[in-house]
Amino acid sequence: MSTFDDPFGAGRELSRSGCACGQHRSVAEHDQAALTLRCEPVPTDEEHYQGVVASAVMRAMFPKDAARRAFLKSVGASTALAAISQFFPIKTATEVFAEGGMPEKKDLKVGFIPITCATPIIMAAPLGFYAKHGLNVEVVKTAGWAVIRDKTINKEYDAAHMLAPMPIAISLGLGANAIPFTVPAIENINGQGITLAMKHKDKRDPRDWKGMKFAIPFDYSMHNYLLRYYLAEHGLDPDTDVQLRSVPPPEMVANLRADNIDGFLAPDNICQRAIYDGVGFLHMLSKEIWDGHPCCTFAASREFITGSRNSFAALTRAIVDATAYASKAENRKQIAEAIAPANYINAPVTVLEQVLTGTYADGLGGIKTDARRVDFDPFPWQSFAVWMLTQMKRWGQIKGDVDYKSVAEQVYLATDTRKVMPGDGADPAGFIQVVLGDGQDLRSRQARGLSQQLQDQEGVVTVANSVSSPLPACGERSDCARRRAIRARGNLYIPRLSRQPLTATLSERALLVSTPQAGRGR
Amino acid sequence: MTFSLRFRAAIVSIALFLAFIGIWHIATRGTGTVAHMTPEYARLMGLTATQGKSAMPGPFDVGAKLWQHLKRPFYDNGPNDKGLGIQLGYSIARVGLGYLLAVIVAIPLGFLIGMSPLINRALDPFIQILKPISPLAWMPLALYTIKDSGLSAIFVIFICSVWPMLLNTAFGVAAARKEWINVARTLEVGTVRRAFTVILPAAAPTILTGMRISIGIAWLVIVAAEMLVGGTGIGYFVWNEWNNLSITNVIIAILLIGVVGMLLDQILARFTAMVTFPE
Repeated sequence: MSTFDDPFGAGRELSRSGCACGQHRSVAEHDQAALTLRCEPVPTDEEHYQGVVASAVMRAMFPKDAARRAFLKSVGASTALAAISQFFPIKTATEVFAEGGMPEKKDLKVGFIPITCATPIIMAAPLGFYAKHGLNVEVVKTAGWAVIRDKTINKEYDAAHMLAPMPIAISLGLGANAIPFTVPAIENINGQGITLAMKHKDKRDPRDWKGMKFAIPFDYSMHNYLLRYYLAEHGLDPDTDVQLRSVPPPEMVANLRADNIDGFLAPDNICQRAIYDGVGFLHMLSKEIWDGHPCCTFAASREFITGSRNSFAALTRAIVDATAYASKAENRKQIAEAIAPANYINAPVTVLEQVLTGTYADGLGGIKTDARRVDFDPFPWQSFAVWMLTQMKRWGQIKGDVDYKSVAEQVYLATDTRKVMPGDGADPAGFIQVVLGDGQDLRSRQARGLSQQLQDQEGVVTVANSVSSPLPACGERSDCARRRAIRARGNLYIPRLSRQPLTATLSERALLVSTPQAGRGR
Repeated sequence: MTFSLRFRAAIVSIALFLAFIGIWHIATRGTGTVAHMTPEYARLMGLTATQGKSAMPGPFDVGAKLWQHLKRPFYDNGPNDKGLGIQLGYSIARVGLGYLLAVIVAIPLGFLIGMSPLINRALDPFIQILKPISPLAWMPLALYTIKDSGLSAIFVIFICSVWPMLLNTAFGVAAARKEWINVARTLEVGTVRRAFTVILPAAAPTILTGMRISIGIAWLVIVAAEMLVGGTGIGYFVWNEWNNLSITNVIIAILLIGVVGMLLDQILARFTAMVTFPE
């Protein structure tokens, strides 16, 4: 499920399987959408943000998809919205998120590295997303990851494009002084690839790669962890069997041409450039290792977030807008043209178009199509951070014990959310951090109880899952039919819920949903 | 029929240049179509892959591109894409600032070292250790402490141009003819007056030689520093075009760096000629 999808659609899946573009529930629906020119009303900003806010709240409450779907099926979308609104002021949060206050600082500098991962940050400038939110943002191209780190730490940049593990590494003091950094939004998911030199055309099995030299962009990068993971999966020790070198991306293509390296795991525009110049071929996309993996993030220091809340809020809104725009397949061609000039990525349009539209030459004479080659989804799952931390530990970047969960919460949640309970709701930055972060602490005790019970009682979740899965996704069956179907499985408790008066407290509902006995007793 | 030496040298220069261009042109010719491709696939590929075009640009590509740059030297398409004139301006300004700071520090200090054997001995170990350090090695430390990349670049220029000036000044001052100083002493000239009217003119050619060496080093270093720091400047331009693997633009930048470096050197050579005196 993308952050921009309807979170109250019971048929939505959290993992974005389904159609190729990820925007539809099924392949059939995707085709239908492509065939019919639908005339939909353009959602207003408020509606759009309500979706984003509600989506984040739903995800925070129901980290497990099965539980969320069971909840929605049992009470219906409108009831769910009403019920959640009781303890989380979605409307207020949306308003706060959409409007915010006057930015404390209008002229901001945001650093980026010229790769397609930075698409939302870059395109927000030429396509006017920053201006729309009253900001005058200068996007500054930066020479490398270490420089972007130092310039952001030195406050030359207010926020920056960073590799997903970098804010974690900075916060932990790995390779730099420990400075609390935060990730309010992920930029892209997928969008990397393993490229090999043409001479390895027939060496497609990683087991044969012993002794080869590979380039990665940075030590603290998903590229490093994914490549190590992939090699280790195939029985190679990435520390001894192959050589991994940290090389700036543009030099990767030149080094590949000069035969100094055998391959690299790099952003897709670099891979595609190697193919474009005929020096390499695409071995695989990173999405074949982990579909939906995060790659780059939009990062800012905690100091900036707390010091210039409104500026930060406006900046985040602009990035979320840009990300939403970039996630739509029909906009990709325009984006490719907007970010190709020397002021931004500085690459041939053909190359960027192949990356962003997903129709690309593979370097071996074939044309492939994968609309989700690179995708954009801002939600900073804390589980992403935990995985990265486990990899840092696995490959010896972290010595000693680290509390993965608390680090993940600190970095990928952005603020001490306890301070921004809905009570002092006039805190836009806080809301956004909550909304785009995990939102764990903001949940009222009732809601926590609900989701906790749903999560903890695996058995119930399984039951709920088994109930929900055979049902049709779109709800074309009447409630009666659904109830019959459920009754046939001996789970009477769920349909009853929908007839509970709206005023019933959520904890009661939670009990009803989560304990089969209670439901059966009625 | 004999031509002047100058004329003959010019002819040899032109002949060498043409030979170079010719060899360059021949070496970078395309090799013809390399592999059979379907038209759809070819559309997604670059000229290197489809037409076997050499990855290295030929002299005519560079010439055409250079003409484009020279036609619009001062365009400004946003923070990351400025004309070559502007980029060179930034670099020269950085070099100028760092260099000026170095002059302000190095020449008085050099005088002091040259005139006082005590200070000379005392500072010698520090100078000997600091002098051979590559200026770019200071970069991370500068970024970390100064916390500003623009100032860091200027600091690096300062640190690299300070040593030749300092040592040359000290040497020039110490080597001022004993007779002249003795004459000044006999005429009861004060220390300050002696420094300005006797020692300075005597040491000036050596000092300016130091300054000439320094500006050369500063110009060498600024390109590397800007490649590291980014943002603006001719070094950033090289890096940005390297990012795009645009060798044509890199060659143009190299050419311009050479021309500007030569001009800076020539300016100081003029100054040196002005202060040189016959023994």
